Amino acid sequence: MYRIRFHGRGGQGIKTASRVLGSAFFQEGFEVQDAPRYGAERRGAPIFAYVRAARTPISERGIIGHPDLVIVADDSLVSVPAAGVLQGASAHTVMLINSHDAAEVWQQRLNLAGPVLILPATEEVEDRAGLPFVGSACAGAAARLIGVISREALVTAIETELGTLGAQRVGKNREMALQAYERLAAHAGAVTEGGETGAGEYTPPDWVGLSFEPARLSAPTIHAGATSVEVKTGLWRTLRPVIDYTRCNRCWWVCSTFCPDGAIRVNAERAPEIDYDHCKGCMVCVAVCPPHAIEAIPEHVAQAEETKDA
Amino acid sequence: MTRRLLTGNAAAAWGARLAEVDYVPAFPITPQTEIIETLAAWLDAGEMPGRMVTLESEHSMITAAGAAAATGVRVFSATSSQGLLYGMEMVYTVAGWRAPFVLINVSRGLASPLTLESDHDDILAARDSGFLQIHCSTCQEVLDSVLLAYRLGEDQRVRLPVIVNLDGFYLSFTREPVEIPDPQAVSGFLPDFDPETTRFRASAPASQAVAVLGGSPYSYFRYETHLGALNAVAVYEEAAAAFSETFGRSHPAVEAYRCDDAEIVFVMIGSFATKAKQAVDRLRDAGWAIGLVRPRLLRPFPSGQLLAVLAGRQGVAVIDQNISMGKGGVLHTELASALYGKPEAPPILVGFIGGLGGRDISPEEFYEIAAVTRQAVADGVAPEPRLLYTHDELREMRKLQAIAHTERNELESDR
Repeated sequence: MYRIRFHGRGGQGIKTASRVLGSAFFQEGFEVQDAPRYGAERRGAPIFAYVRAARTPISERGIIGHPDLVIVADDSLVSVPAAGVLQGASAHTVMLINSHDAAEVWQQRLNLAGPVLILPATEEVEDRAGLPFVGSACAGAAARLIGVISREALVTAIETELGTLGAQRVGKNREMALQAYERLAAHAGAVTEGGETGAGEYTPPDWVGLSFEPARLSAPTIHAGATSVEVKTGLWRTLRPVIDYTRCNRCWWVCSTFCPDGAIRVNAERAPEIDYDHCKGCMVCVAVCPPHAIEAIPEHVAQAEETKDA
Repeated sequence: MTRRLLTGNAAAAWGARLAEVDYVPAFPITPQTEIIETLAAWLDAGEMPGRMVTLESEHSMITAAGAAAATGVRVFSATSSQGLLYGMEMVYTVAGWRAPFVLINVSRGLASPLTLESDHDDILAARDSGFLQIHCSTCQEVLDSVLLAYRLGEDQRVRLPVIVNLDGFYLSFTREPVEIPDPQAVSGFLPDFDPETTRFRASAPASQAVAVLGGSPYSYFRYETHLGALNAVAVYEEAAAAFSETFGRSHPAVEAYRCDDAEIVFVMIGSFATKAKQAVDRLRDAGWAIGLVRPRLLRPFPSGQLLAVLAGRQGVAVIDQNISMGKGGVLHTELASALYGKPEAPPILVGFIGGLGGRDISPEEFYEIAAVTRQAVADGVAPEPRLLYTHDELREMRKLQAIAHTERNELESDR
């Protein structure tokens, strides 16, 4: 059985990528199971989707724990623990990353046992949540790496899954998928089917007997305020609002009032400060600032700058 | 007949479309909403006849479904979890009207705490209502079960509403190859609804069980509903046989997988049962005589079929994806009551609870369940029921509790 996991952000077409690949397998006569897994159903938030394909009916269900192929549509997710990109990656797992950094760089960063391949699928864009056609490129790349899916099956899959979008967008998606398909020709068949844990040699589950704990411990109550501070929703951001204090007129309330996440506070000098741990990058502040003192910077650019400064 | 990739939700919508339903009262809830969205798009585009009305709550939606069914039209609706519970007063009420329709429930665990993922506490809360229940394990079964459910519920020997259950996420949002039957073949299998005397009309007043009754007539009506539900076992088997003949797919009330020579069997309902099938295959590879028994029909409870298939086995492991607070697994309890005192019943019945709120069950856990059951057979004593839960999960829970500042000091002093 083939087991493939796609990782990306809401808005990048990850569910569609899994459906295109699922459809392509189906065209080739495979039994297929494909499914998206939503967390926070929001643009920019991490999402993943998976595909299983086999020559016989599939009984396995749920999240893929031991993938043959992991495709990362947005390399900024690799370091986000909640995205679970590296979960279950082994020497058998091929990791394909849409990145402008080289495979060796990623190999060194992550110290993975399995091969890393790079798909420079798209030109860099302002807002990565809208990476154009990256989903189709990922599906095309996956199809080639698996090696058992023909160009024709891939094209039919794109037409089946995206047909309602109109000829022009289908055409562009087809082009992007085929481009990725060609680009990875040298690695055709790099992904092979993984096995299953047999019942003869398994490691028993480390079960624990839950014991009674008093309700003051075991009721689902949050006993302190501001615990949501611990959840860094800033990880969802693909665009970063940056305040130009030379233009900020210290009106002190517009951006902080309109921020839907309460992520802007005004300090004693009447200057607004953005809490980047929790700013989700909705850009409402950019839109409402009267003197246009807040600018939208691509998050990956801002992060690169920070790395350079450090 | 075409075979294509469909989610469980789309399969449910196809079932309604092929059954040529007349009326769809609707109210959205995750993870069910895609069903009514799909039907709304078809109705809007004129691809299927019928009417959809969005109601202001599930309580109204189920009332509208029952009332429409009482006019003699074919009715379809769908809900999930908290929505089913919100409509629960009417779930019981309309069942007593003996006006059949089909309600999809996309299983999702119940609050509190809140979850979006699947377990069967929602559907089992409707267990005693008079609605019949069919539980699906694949997307194909979802479509097929909608057709079976109409034939079953509309049968004059039954005349009860039916819930078809599919698991959230694991089926609702998961695509699998599904054969969409030919509409003509469906018409042959599922004739038009003959409502007999149930023809509620504005011009011809009738009422649905509005009188306040004393215990004696009340008992009569309640017990008649029960008898209608009991009839549904045999009527279901008839319908499943006709279905198999028409469409070539077999959906017995109780599925027995690789059970012929099995000494130990798993018993499960729902989509996780396919995971149990895979575990059975691997255990068989390793030399085990093991199988899976999966009731599709949960109401009426197919006691006879279960006893027949379990007779003479050495041990049974029931895996409940539900929990009755203060008792344990519902299926475990029900199975025990069906087997008690029968000389041919297996001597060992072991209970496990797993998959609450969509928590996965790993292949290793199935293997271990088999090992625990075999040990129980050897010992001649069933161990206490167990929750499938690992040390790692408890560690993660401790981390969450620390974040929530739950008596942080106390937790730390426990370590």
